[in-house]
Amino acid sequence: MTAKPKGPERTAPEHRPAALLVTADGAVFAGEAAGAVVPVATGELVFNTAMSGYQEVITDPSYAGQVIAFTSTHIGNYGTNAADDEATAPHCRGVVVCDLTDVPSNWRATEGLEPFLRRHGVPALTGVDTRRLARHVRAAGAVPCAFGTASERELREAAAAATGTDGMDLVSGVTATEATVHPYRGDDGDNVGGGEGRRVVAYDFGVKTTMVQLLTTLGTVTVVPAGTTADEVLALEPDGVFLSNGPGDPAALPGPAAAVADLVGRVPIFGICLGHQILATALGGTTYKLPFGHHGANHPVQRLESGVVEITSQNHNYAVAAGSIPDAETTHVNLNDGVVEGFRSLKAPAFSVQYHPEAAPGPHDARYLFGAFRALMLDHPTRAAGSAGARAR
Amino acid sequence: MPRRDDLHTILVIGSGPIVIGQACEFDYSGTQACRVLAEEGYRVVLANSNPATIMTDPGMADRTYVEPLDPKVLTAIIEKERPDALLPTLGGQTALNLTMELAELGVLERYGVEVIGARPEAIATAEDRDQFKAAMEGIGLEVPRSGFAHSLEEATQIAEEIGYPIMVRPSFILGGKGTGIAEDAAHFGQLAAEGLAASPVSQILVEQSIAGWKEFELEVMRDAADNCVVVCSIENFDPMGVHTGDSITVAPAQTLTDVEYQAMRDDAFACLRKVGVETGGSNVQFAVDPATGRRVIIEMNPRVSRSSALASKATGFPIAKIAARLAVGYLLNEIPNDITQATPASFEPTIDYVVTKVPRWAFEKLPGAEVRLGTRMQSVGEVMAIGRTFCESLQKALRSLEQGRAGLNADPAEGALDEVPTPDLLERLAVPTPDRVFELEAALRRGVDVDEVVARTGIDPWFVRQLVRISDERARLAAAATLDGADFRRAKRLGFSDAQLAYLRATTPADVRADRLAHGVRATFKTVDTCAAEFAAFTPYHYATYEEEDEVRPSERARVIILGSGPNRIGQGIEFDYCCVHASMTLRDAGYETVMVNCNPETVSTDYDTSDRLYFEPLTDEDLANVLDAELAAGGEVVGVIVSLGGQTPLKLAGSLPSELVLGTSPGSIDLAEDRERWNALCAELSIPQPPGGTATTTPEALAVAGRVGYPVLLRPSYVLGGRAMEIVYDDDGVRRVMQSMTTGALAREGGVTATRPVLVDRFLEDATEVDVDAVRDGDGEILIAGVMEHVEEAGVHSGDSACALPPQTLADEVVEMLERHTRSLADSLGVRGLLNVQFAVKEGQVYVLEANPRASRTVPFVAKATGVPLAMVASRVMVGQTLADLRKEGLLAADAVGRVRVLDHVSVKEAVLPFDRFPGVDTLLGPEMRSTGEVMGVDITFGLAFAKSQMAAGTRLPDAGTVFLSLADRDKPAGLEVARAFSALGFSLAATLGTAGYLRAQGLTVGTLVAKVGEEGVASDAVELIAQGRVQLVVNTPRGLGPRADGQHIRAAAVAYKVPCLTTLAAARAAAAGMADARAHPLQVRALQDLHPLAKGAPG
Ligand SMILES: Nc1ncnc2c1ncn2[C@@H]1O[C@H](COP(=O)(O)OP(=O)(O)O)[C@@H](O)[C@H]1O
Ligand SMILES: Nc1ncnc2c1ncn2[C@@H]1O[C@H](COP(=O)(O)OP(=O)(O)O)[C@@H](O)[C@H]1O
Ligand SMILES: [Mg+2]
Ligand SMILES: [Mg+2]
Repeated sequence: MTAKPKGPERTAPEHRPAALLVTADGAVFAGEAAGAVVPVATGELVFNTAMSGYQEVITDPSYAGQVIAFTSTHIGNYGTNAADDEATAPHCRGVVVCDLTDVPSNWRATEGLEPFLRRHGVPALTGVDTRRLARHVRAAGAVPCAFGTASERELREAAAAATGTDGMDLVSGVTATEATVHPYRGDDGDNVGGGEGRRVVAYDFGVKTTMVQLLTTLGTVTVVPAGTTADEVLALEPDGVFLSNGPGDPAALPGPAAAVADLVGRVPIFGICLGHQILATALGGTTYKLPFGHHGANHPVQRLESGVVEITSQNHNYAVAAGSIPDAETTHVNLNDGVVEGFRSLKAPAFSVQYHPEAAPGPHDARYLFGAFRALMLDHPTRAAGSAGARAR
Repeated sequence: MPRRDDLHTILVIGSGPIVIGQACEFDYSGTQACRVLAEEGYRVVLANSNPATIMTDPGMADRTYVEPLDPKVLTAIIEKERPDALLPTLGGQTALNLTMELAELGVLERYGVEVIGARPEAIATAEDRDQFKAAMEGIGLEVPRSGFAHSLEEATQIAEEIGYPIMVRPSFILGGKGTGIAEDAAHFGQLAAEGLAASPVSQILVEQSIAGWKEFELEVMRDAADNCVVVCSIENFDPMGVHTGDSITVAPAQTLTDVEYQAMRDDAFACLRKVGVETGGSNVQFAVDPATGRRVIIEMNPRVSRSSALASKATGFPIAKIAARLAVGYLLNEIPNDITQATPASFEPTIDYVVTKVPRWAFEKLPGAEVRLGTRMQSVGEVMAIGRTFCESLQKALRSLEQGRAGLNADPAEGALDEVPTPDLLERLAVPTPDRVFELEAALRRGVDVDEVVARTGIDPWFVRQLVRISDERARLAAAATLDGADFRRAKRLGFSDAQLAYLRATTPADVRADRLAHGVRATFKTVDTCAAEFAAFTPYHYATYEEEDEVRPSERARVIILGSGPNRIGQGIEFDYCCVHASMTLRDAGYETVMVNCNPETVSTDYDTSDRLYFEPLTDEDLANVLDAELAAGGEVVGVIVSLGGQTPLKLAGSLPSELVLGTSPGSIDLAEDRERWNALCAELSIPQPPGGTATTTPEALAVAGRVGYPVLLRPSYVLGGRAMEIVYDDDGVRRVMQSMTTGALAREGGVTATRPVLVDRFLEDATEVDVDAVRDGDGEILIAGVMEHVEEAGVHSGDSACALPPQTLADEVVEMLERHTRSLADSLGVRGLLNVQFAVKEGQVYVLEANPRASRTVPFVAKATGVPLAMVASRVMVGQTLADLRKEGLLAADAVGRVRVLDHVSVKEAVLPFDRFPGVDTLLGPEMRSTGEVMGVDITFGLAFAKSQMAAGTRLPDAGTVFLSLADRDKPAGLEVARAFSALGFSLAATLGTAGYLRAQGLTVGTLVAKVGEEGVASDAVELIAQGRVQLVVNTPRGLGPRADGQHIRAAAVAYKVPCLTTLAAARAAAAGMADARAHPLQVRALQDLHPLAKGAPG
């Protein structure tokens, strides 16, 4: 046997600078540096099991301070496009994948994932045994890590020095600096109407674009910074207040919790993810950190009132302690581990869910919750007759 | 909602014989269903005509009917068993159609049988393309522009409106049968006519062709509370226009943004709800325009399918099992996920690897068939491979095919493409064929750019670029001075086998392996766990890859490794998987931990709970070595490896195993039986007569042997299964032609002719009766003759293609005794420990041995069903050291099973099922090259009745009145007379070709119709016309004289085309006449296996 003549030499993606990822508890993973190549990047290591939607995940502000490892093999296949951004820029600290696609293929693609990451200065690691990594995080919990082209020793030191998210206020780093207004764009087919003139104020703790889009099917939306006080909010005469998702430890956000406590009972409230935890805190509940959180698009959540199971998109490391909230009832539970996924106040027009009904990425099974928010606003008008909220009834 | 307590007895319908488009995936789903329903405490009644299935093991159901899947028969079963419910969604299209018939006949209503899983209305909406289209448009889903036609005129009119290219598809069909794409009016007319004929309701869909769009499938489940989940998304590598069953497919989908994927998911659920599938699994197919993302829905199957078997194996989510639970009332969230144990089944599996399925075709066995893939499915089997990357899984899949390929080229076989000039290569790319993926890589290697390839094939650029990675890497590997650890790791992560590296580096696989291990690059085994490691997995379902962590758990227990049989192919199918599964079941009972290695996603053996450990891996030396290393490292004792139950596949691997690890008959003995010289010597020594013959490696040698033994002679390569490339030749030219073909082409690739693999040249025994004998011998030398099967067709028709009866019907006792005596002495002198199959030909009372196979044979399951002796289980126990005496004590064998197994009160007939209806242009004449895809069994109190049932089960319903058309070879005429008499005695009128008619008239028979052969002029009417006009109900056509046997092909072709039963041997005709006579004397009777063999120990339910 003789070797065949070799084909034309093309530059192959296999040739990237070698790099390592080291966790604070000392595990080492080999890979190749990609995206914005840096000697050392640090953050809290989490894994996400969604098989599509990497762009939405990477641009989700809730990942601020975290390094996202995707368990799905091929990442970057369909590239990126402006429409799928969940924020103007990624806030995550890094991206770890098993196999990064160099040239994307999809009619919607305008830029490859790697150029996208480079443009936004997001360091990445490819060629990693991400399954081993997920198994490690499953056992060790979400751990700080460091990765890059630096030596293993340097990375060890960086990982040891890196902080987790406990007690950290990461919201201030991602929230809007001033209020922005997003006009009503008509409801999505369910023709309830009455959106004209309805006003929703949305707290931005790291809000996702898709949430704002869905809210604008309910009314005109004013997105306000996390630091906005209750009085400032009420001055906008909202028919409802929305509490967005966001990064980090809810216990580290006394300000927002106090503001929400003031709003409870005076205006209908709907919270998602961090917003759910803040509402819980405002109502006297407590939160705790999960071992490695829920990050994926396949979690079964049961809606207790009907028994129906929703396949949900999830991204949280903290959760609300079951039964810790006075005068509230649990409305949704996670069938995998029993974690509280939603509750409503028995005293005030306020409810929230831990998971992501807006999906993006993920299944649309829970989008009905935005309709539920509309219904709540209709049932609890905040303004005298003649105003929009009342007209809508 | 928990289990339904208002149901007690549930009837499950299987899918019948293995045919193209409906293979053993339905044994897998049916077996899971039976298990689940039994666990739930229901009384399960099963109907399936296929004896080579696990689901028809007596232990799998309370009542098992191996009877024809025919409304009449099913009615009799329902009448007898009075089921409360019928579960039709796990037996493929066959069970669905049968259920629809029973509903329409009012049978279900009459006996108050509730259809669970899918209501008849839902089935109708999904299966009738007309209703389906309307329903989908009703909920705002887009479908390709189309219209329905019941006549040629109607069809043409619609076609003109839509414009070409046009796709034609009959309603209520399977595997794309009768469908195709027409570029112009002429081709359209032909397709439309065919389609109208193929559709049981003679209705066709005339549809705008969207060939070239991306094709996707979603496997979805729904429960009674309307909870819906997607189990798996599958993307076709080959675009629309190539049937999914013939496409390379990949899971999960790779090229959809989440926005597109979620929209598709919403559509799939909307479709399920609209069609009204209340519970169970369904398969929804979509096409996506790569340029605009425009999405149309192609079809949905309201049942488990081939794809859901694939999805189950790909994700670890057992669709059929869960579908069965849903059908009896459970909700998804009430069913636990076996693998994680902690979480419920109401979730969507997520996977952290890539799965690739590659089909396997059998064109080489069907001369005359056009080698071109299209919208009708033609593959006979498939392999699945799991890798961390697409490249790895694709290359693993390609080497799993067992077609002499080590991966995506980079092997000796690639040479065939090197001669092809690039322009021709580009031409070929436009035509989908089994070789296209190899041609693709060859083109890319020559520097043809991606866009060019995409333009010609319609394959998504993402996939094409992955192939570029492989060919770039190949170039690097070939060029590198030496390979370091990084090189090996990169190569392995792209799926290169050691054999490919050896080829590129001009060295041997063994050296590559040693070098690679020296660099610390070894296989690691990961786990298929449904959740990408988010939760701990409890089922050891593994695949090999090259990563940093190995997940194989240690074990202290004694383990037996069972090697499976790889992809289904003609000659090696489900029978061998059946044997492997039985080995696993019985050895688990005996306290061993069983380890299964196989790569066929359709099978029961690759169900993660069939064995204690499952390695979903290619069956090659390298991959087996990896498994062995892992198992030896896992601790405990590896008792050995079973290589004799999976057909030729594991046998070919035996050589690479440490001989002390091979269980059962020694590889030496197996070789002895295959090695002509030594085999002849043995037969001579035992004075067992053989047909005179010899071996040859060159044409002159072959001619010499032929001269010595006299024509006709039979030529064939050694070491192949299913009579591959076996030919009967009548003169020197024939010999030259065959020798030529064996030293070139596909066959040469399979090993071809070498000094160690000579061509066998034997005197062909004409008009001899063929007999199969299956026996088992234990370590103490005790032998049990389990079954003696007399073939219906004469020797010369491959044993796998001929019908056979157990017990023998015409053989004299002393002949049977001689057959048994020969079998015993062969078993002893081969030192058999386990199974032995011997094939004999009996001519004028003289017994000749044709071959002996000291391994599981195709007939093992049939013998087990006919006699009640679980032959494969018995053999497996014997292989690990138990004796037949032990097994009698234990009760696995009946106490009286000594010496031979006697069957007195009933006759079982096995009939083969042939794929000719899918391959127009292929001669249906049976010969020594096996071409059947599956088998059925008929059981009754007389041979005639059993034969008639076997025909009915095989889909050729014998007529009870009308005209029989005879066209006989001269030498058949005397015997034909008797048959003709029998038919006219039964009240049939006769038609015959001139010669035959003359003879019959001379003997005083009335021949109503004279038929002309092609070319003959005169009063006589034309044979084909006669058949086309339905003026003939049965055709008996035996090939003429000693010349080339193709004569009369047009008659046989017409019979196939117009679905008129056609018998090509007098023996079969005789049997048919007997069957019809008996059928008139006895009313239809159905019998459960449990009644035939009251004491039989089946597989544990
Ligand atoms: N309109 C069409 N244009 C081109 N190809 C088509 C079209 N519809 C179906 N096909 C091809 O034909 C194959 C078989 O069609 P399908 O509806 O799935 O029938 P089956 O019941 O045999 O699966 C599909 O897998 C697809 O590749
Ligand atoms: N000498 C012979 N005379 C007549 N028929 C033969 C002879 N040898 C083989 N055959 C026919 O060819 C078929 C295939 O031969 P066999 O040796 O059984 O090959 P395989 O290994 O494929 O089963 C047999 O089933 C038998 O019908
Ligand atoms: Mg289909
Ligand atoms: Mg044989």
